[in-house]
Amino acid sequence: MSAVHARQSPLPLVLDRVSLAAGGVAILSDISLTLEAGPRTVILGPNGAGKSVLLRLCHGLLRPSSGAIEWRARRNGRRPDAMVFQRPIMLRRSVRKNVEYGLKLAGAGAAERRATAMQRLEAVGLAHLAGRPARRLSGGEQQRVALARAWALDPEVLFLDEPTANLDPTATRMVEAIMLAMHTGGTKIVMTTHDLGQARRLADEIVFLHRGRIVEHAPAAAFFAAPKSPEAAAFIRGELPV
Amino acid sequence: MPERSDALSTALALVAGADPALWSIVGLSLAVSLSAVALAALFGLPVGAALALFRFPGRGALVTLFNGMMGLPPVVVGLVVYLLLSRAGPLGDLGILFTPSAMVVAQTILIFPIVAALARQTVEDAWLEYEEQMRSLGATPRRSIPTLLWDTRFSLATAVLAGLGRASAEVGAVMIVGGNIEGLTRMMTTAISLETSKGDLPLALGLGIVLIALIVLINALAQAMKALAQARYG
Repeated sequence: MSAVHARQSPLPLVLDRVSLAAGGVAILSDISLTLEAGPRTVILGPNGAGKSVLLRLCHGLLRPSSGAIEWRARRNGRRPDAMVFQRPIMLRRSVRKNVEYGLKLAGAGAAERRATAMQRLEAVGLAHLAGRPARRLSGGEQQRVALARAWALDPEVLFLDEPTANLDPTATRMVEAIMLAMHTGGTKIVMTTHDLGQARRLADEIVFLHRGRIVEHAPAAAFFAAPKSPEAAAFIRGELPV
Repeated sequence: MPERSDALSTALALVAGADPALWSIVGLSLAVSLSAVALAALFGLPVGAALALFRFPGRGALVTLFNGMMGLPPVVVGLVVYLLLSRAGPLGDLGILFTPSAMVVAQTILIFPIVAALARQTVEDAWLEYEEQMRSLGATPRRSIPTLLWDTRFSLATAVLAGLGRASAEVGAVMIVGGNIEGLTRMMTTAISLETSKGDLPLALGLGIVLIALIVLINALAQAMKALAQARYG
C-alpha cells in the first residue's frame, strides 16, 4: 500500500482558466490544460505566443494573475518537476559539481551525489568532461550538462523551453536523444518549440498556442494531418503569422 | 634642484637598503589595512549579497546609503571612532584608542560600505542571469547567497581590492584614532604626512615609493588573477 502510494504520480497537472497579465497586457488568457502522465507534450506556436511563459507557470517560476495550477499529488518535500532552459546557466565550477548542485540542495550526501552525477553524465555522454569547468564547454555540451543536472533530480516531469533553439543539428540530435531516453525512463516530457520539424519528431500530442490562447490541443498525428483551426493550419503551412 | 634629487637618491637608498624604521612602518601599515580588509570582506560580502537577493521595505534606502558611504571622508570616520573609543566614549572601556586595533576598526568602517556596495552590484547582476535556474533547482534566495558569492568570486576579489586600495591610501582616519605614535601606530601615510611637514623628505619619499609600488602590485595581482580565472573557468 505504502509502496504504491510512494509511486503515485504527481500528474496530471491541471491548469484551470489560467491567465497572466503584465503591465495591463494579457500574455496568457484563459488557459485550461491537463497534462497527463505519459505522452510527450509539445507546446507549439510562433514566437511571442506565450509558450515560455506557460512553461514557467507550470514550473512555478511565475504566478498566474488568475486561475489555478494544481498537481494531483506532491512528492514529499521535493518538487516533482525540473526544467531545462533555452540558454543553460552553468555555475562557475566543474561539470560534475554542476550536476551535483541540485542534489546538494535536496540534501543528498556527497557519495550519493557523486555517484548520481557521474551516472547521469555517463548517460548524456559527458562523463569524460566531468572535471572540466562547465563554462568552458560548448553550447551543445552545456545543454547536455543542463539535461544531466535536471535528470539527476529524477523528475517526474521535465519542462524544456526551446532547448535546442541555439544549437546546431548535431547537438540538437543529441539533446533530443537524451530527452527520449528520459521519457523511456518514465519522465513526462513537456517542451516548447517553434520548430515544426522538431515537433513532428518528438510530439505525441500538440498544444498549439497563438497569441496567449490555446487554439488546439490534439494528438500529434491528427494535428499535423488535419489542424482544426486556421491559425494552426497557417502555421503548419509555414506562413508567417499575421 | 640638488636638494630634491638628493632626497630621491637617499629615498631609494633607504628602500634598497632595507632601512628597519621604514620597513617596520610598512609592516604595520600592511597588517592594519589587511586586517581591516579581511573584516570588511567577512561582513561586507554577505551583507552585499543579501541586499542583492532579498526584497524588503527600506532596501532601496539601504542601497543608496551604502553607495553613498563608499565616499565616506576618512577624517570623519576617524572622528566618530575616536569619540566612540575615547575614555569618556561608550566603548572607552576597551582602552584601544591609539593602538593598531583602533586603526583597524576605523579602516573597517571606512571600507565596509565599499565592499558591501560593490558586492551588492556584482551579485545583483549575476542574480539577473541566475535567478530562474537557481529557483528551478530548488535554491531559495538565502541558499543562493553562498552560491552566488562563490560564482562571482573573481569579480568580488576586485571589490575587496578596491577596499584594500582605499585603506592603504587613507591618512585621516588612522591619524586621528592611531595618533601616529612612532613604533606603535605610525603608518606609511601618516609618516609621509609627518616627515614632509618636518622636512625629512627622503623618508617621506621612500615611503611614498613603497606605497605606490604596493598599490600597483596589488592591482597587477588582481588583474592577473582575474585573467587566469577567466581563462580557467570562463
